[in-house]
Amino acid sequence: MRKSISLVVLAGLLLAVVPYLGLPAFYESVLYMVFHWIALATSWNLLSGYSGYFSFGHGAFFGIGMYTTATLASQFDVPFLWTLPAAAAMAALFGAVLGFVAFRVKAVRGELFALLTLAATFVVATIVLNTPIDGGPGVYLSAVPLPDIGPSPSGTFYLLALAAALLTIVIAVLVYYARFGTGLFAIHDDEDVAEVLGVPTFRYKVAAFALSCGLAGVVGGIQAMFVSYVTTGDVFTIALPLTVVLMSVLGGTRHWIGPAVGAVVITLLLYGFTAGDSAVMGKVVMGVILVAVILFMPEGILGWVMHRFGRKPAAAAASNPRPPSAIDGNAREAAAPMAGAPSAPGGRSGGGEVLLKARGVSKSFRGVQALRGVDLEVRRGEILGLLGPNGSGKSTFINVASGHFPASSGSIVFAGREVAGISAHRIARCGISRTYQIPRPFAHLTVLENVALPAMFGAGLVERRQAETEAWRWLAFTGLAERAHALPDDLNLHQRKFLEFARALAAHPQLLMLDEVLSGLTPSEIDEAVALIQRIRAQGTTILFVEHVMRAVMALCDRIVVFNQGQVLAEGPPAEVMARPDVVAAYLGKPMSGEAPPPASGAAAHA
Amino acid sequence: MADRMAQRMGRPGRNTQNLLTRQPMTLPSFTLLAQSIVAGIFTGALYGLLGLGLSLSWGMLRQINLAHFALAFLGAYLTYQLASYGGVDPLLTLLMIVPVFFVLGVAMHWMLARFRATPFNSLLITFGLTIIIEAMLQWIWTADYRRLDSSYAEHKLRLGPLFLPLPELITLGLSVGISLVIWLALRRTDLGKAMRAAAEDAPIAAAFGINHQALALMLSGLSAALAGIAGVCIALGHTLAPSQIYSWIGVVFACVMLGGLGRPMGPLIAGCIIGVSEAVTMAVTAPSWAPLVSFSLLIAVLLARPGRA
Repeated sequence: MRKSISLVVLAGLLLAVVPYLGLPAFYESVLYMVFHWIALATSWNLLSGYSGYFSFGHGAFFGIGMYTTATLASQFDVPFLWTLPAAAAMAALFGAVLGFVAFRVKAVRGELFALLTLAATFVVATIVLNTPIDGGPGVYLSAVPLPDIGPSPSGTFYLLALAAALLTIVIAVLVYYARFGTGLFAIHDDEDVAEVLGVPTFRYKVAAFALSCGLAGVVGGIQAMFVSYVTTGDVFTIALPLTVVLMSVLGGTRHWIGPAVGAVVITLLLYGFTAGDSAVMGKVVMGVILVAVILFMPEGILGWVMHRFGRKPAAAAASNPRPPSAIDGNAREAAAPMAGAPSAPGGRSGGGEVLLKARGVSKSFRGVQALRGVDLEVRRGEILGLLGPNGSGKSTFINVASGHFPASSGSIVFAGREVAGISAHRIARCGISRTYQIPRPFAHLTVLENVALPAMFGAGLVERRQAETEAWRWLAFTGLAERAHALPDDLNLHQRKFLEFARALAAHPQLLMLDEVLSGLTPSEIDEAVALIQRIRAQGTTILFVEHVMRAVMALCDRIVVFNQGQVLAEGPPAEVMARPDVVAAYLGKPMSGEAPPPASGAAAHA
Repeated sequence: MADRMAQRMGRPGRNTQNLLTRQPMTLPSFTLLAQSIVAGIFTGALYGLLGLGLSLSWGMLRQINLAHFALAFLGAYLTYQLASYGGVDPLLTLLMIVPVFFVLGVAMHWMLARFRATPFNSLLITFGLTIIIEAMLQWIWTADYRRLDSSYAEHKLRLGPLFLPLPELITLGLSVGISLVIWLALRRTDLGKAMRAAAEDAPIAAAFGINHQALALMLSGLSAALAGIAGVCIALGHTLAPSQIYSWIGVVFACVMLGGLGRPMGPLIAGCIIGVSEAVTMAVTAPSWAPLVSFSLLIAVLLARPGRA
């Protein structure tokens, strides 16, 4: 990260000399446009590229910046440079408010968010046009004095735009390598999982949106002075956000430098065509480039370059490319006693204190009652099996307890703290962690990054470097160390299931909820997974275990709870519970009249 | 240079406004109000016609086709050219435009399907196509404003104190007729039912013997043909300029969202609601306030009922 920033700053310093070389003003104007678009595209990418929420409202924030500067400078005689922070603040404030409203609605994602921000642009434009801010004829800034920063007016604009571009890129780099950026990339891949792993998604999105808008506001303020005549028709266009999107997508949205690369290419291309009096050709070329890039290079120039020259995600390059030397061959043994684990309480009775206590938990989806007043206790140190026929509410219970869905009613107390109704990332930080029945890894992060993320956001909240050291330990623990730099798509199902384990464990949970981790595995893989679960328990982690593979349930669980139709049907030691006629009936249906219930020893019931 | 691209985005050039004598901020007379409502319905009919193809391809093919607007303007310019220089009746151009645009739509879908474009990528790709078509229009017909002088424009029906211009009536008739036919076809015919099934779950529909790829090609051809028809209507009643393509996008998307994706009657109904509220806003306040209505409605719908999408 330091290296990237030093390089950017160095390049900036070198470029800052240009106005003093005595080149024709024409070069400065061209470069002004280049910096202008670099700053706009990079600022857009902070929210949209990193977190995947494509905003089409960048024109609005840019325009708010323009009008803030125009109004303050022309009507209130505020010195031009002082209007820039105000422009940033106004745009950021508007972005924050819009984000605060829009991100409350879960379904406003993808194209809907794009439309919403586009609509916001026109609302802002209409208001500006019809109020004294503009009033119709536009605002002139020609009388506003320009500070003498550079050797000439064009040099001044050059330096201002350069400063804005530098500022934006440095912020983009900082965010990219920070916990903040990691969280945004996780939101991009799977927002629900990110939240459950401890990423405060709402706060991050609003913050990224405000930051992105604020920077666009600064660029707008400078542009207002540059064009010296501001009208709504020119400012609030649909072309601006689309151009910015085009630049970022062309360069690559998953890297901080991508939008800058795209901006340089497109601006120079357009310039080449307009200078040669073929503006129409320029448009055609831009359209063709956009279509071709999306079809053939969906990851952009940088994505393509990275694939081409060895996939080494820049985020990982900054940290441990190999496992720390302490952890290698006998890593499994090394990992086991970590965290000063109190070993499992004696025997299989599991009579420890209550870790999680659910009382009257209900959940309904419109008409469907998935949970009807579930009472349940999980004791510290035990493995509690959660059984029941399909649709009995087991997975719903995990979803409610992890905060994925809010409970309709009832209370869940975890380690003395009420967790029903608080957001999922806060539950994760309390020490509850879960796996998904169908693995949901972050598709664009490597295996290592996938596992490091919960360590950064879970109960520990550690820094990236330390998180990756821990991630290596969990990868060794689950036997995935060799695939650390692979992408999740390259793993087989068995490995993806173990990745789920590693990711859940990296959060240092007190309670680990496993949702059908064994389904789809071969018998030998099941044996391996069972051994793994035993090792996890040996470290003192409490486990809530939803499973259909009875062999594993019988081998692992201290106690089991059987769900049926959203209610607790039975609870107790495995063999005893499985022999109860009502449990058998729930699984296999009612026995025919006159027949004895089928003998249900644990081994036989392989439902 | 680059910021020249920013010099777009006016509002659609609506000549219906000319019928109104505007007196901002005074209570409009009954006649003026009634005339605004009529004008709003006419505008809304065109919104609905433009939105229909968009809604079908978004709702049933998961493609957000920005190029729909560019195609409509291509249709409008073709009508203008044929009518002004070839002496062809604007409505007769439909005979040529519908089949040609159907083929264009099929070709476009073939490309999007070939590369398995996600909804968002389809938006970006069709934006690229829009830029290309816009540049083409500008190259052939220049960036100047063009206006079709057809015999239709002179005819105005009078209904009491209200004026009903013929081009607008034709648009309304086409919009209502086509929306109804498509609505009926999707509900009643086997082909329509197959399309709805394929839109719901393509693999399952395929398992029941529905050739969803062929249906998708057909639907996308239909959608493009609808763009062409809307183009003829635009040529009949509106001023043409290549940059005007962009001025329709926002408000028509608002109609599509408000009407519910993939529902044939949705855009028309939503279009009339938005059109009337815009026209009344124009009559009561100033025309420049009109966009506030449609876009505030869109934002409200997105936030209150995002599930419609």
